[in-house]
Amino acid sequence: MDQLVIAGRAYGSRLIVGTGKYKDFDETRQAIDASGADMVTVAIRRMNIGQDPSQPNLLDALPPSQFTILPNTAGCFNAEDAVRTLRLARELLDGHALVKLEVLGDPTTLFPNMPETLKAAEILVKDGFQVMVYCADDPIQAKMLEDMGCAAIMPLASLIGSGMGILNPWNLRLIIDNAKVPVIVDAGVGTASDAAIAMELGCDGVLMNTAIAHAQNPVLMASAMKKAVQAGREAFQAGRMPRKLYSADPSSPTTGLIGS
Amino acid sequence: MLQITLNGEGRQFPESDLTVAGLVAQLGYAGKRIAVERNGEIVPKSQHESTWLAAGDKLEIVVAVGGG
Repeated sequence: MDQLVIAGRAYGSRLIVGTGKYKDFDETRQAIDASGADMVTVAIRRMNIGQDPSQPNLLDALPPSQFTILPNTAGCFNAEDAVRTLRLARELLDGHALVKLEVLGDPTTLFPNMPETLKAAEILVKDGFQVMVYCADDPIQAKMLEDMGCAAIMPLASLIGSGMGILNPWNLRLIIDNAKVPVIVDAGVGTASDAAIAMELGCDGVLMNTAIAHAQNPVLMASAMKKAVQAGREAFQAGRMPRKLYSADPSSPTTGLIGS
Repeated sequence: MLQITLNGEGRQFPESDLTVAGLVAQLGYAGKRIAVERNGEIVPKSQHESTWLAAGDKLEIVVAVGGG
């Protein structure tokens, strides 16, 4: 069976989904069920003190017993904040070590700050975390993160939440060809064909949030993404035909035509 | 009276002695999925009952929310 293996654990789905930007927890749960994802990302934030504590929370809708919860460091702009956030996440999730590290460099582009990302990754790996790391599509720094012991390399396809798709497939291929750990496209997917392209390139998985949550019909888009990731994976494994740039090759027999 | 900073806001509690567990219970979050940091150090769940708050403590209490 074709499974995604991260830090020694196998996952049936190669689609990882975020839990932000949904209308309510019902819609979140329905979309995630339709996506078939085993792993879902969450953010760590201050408890809302004025709020009624009996209100349902996200982890009631998505129990850690049913999903692998991947806490992120979204909103952190330096290594220190990111490490602190993930230590709180580990406490919150009873010692859970698998995390998504992202250290942002700029509030407009949300492009990763790679020096701080490398610094945080090193601290977290030494502290026993299994680090899935959001990074620039730079093959050299991706390799540095892998050599440091990160569990998965997660380059952006385009800016977070932009839906611009796979803007630099060549860099992604360079990263994939170099990596011995899973490479997961994180950020930028806009629609199903983008996810399929990422998988056809040889990515091990795709992580997305906005493409599903901000679709007109998030549950239907979640289902489309599930199929796109599966289709792209199968196409990658099947091996595509070579491109013939300047000649056609008929699919029908060239002999036995009537009147010949 | 106990004055602490909770999630960046000054708060006063009538008790002079309060544990982390007592604070969490007062806030209505006993048994909920939270994590507590006191003056920059995580207070593990197993130590909530035995960790006493001191005046001026800076507490952070976090939860998981939707995110990508």
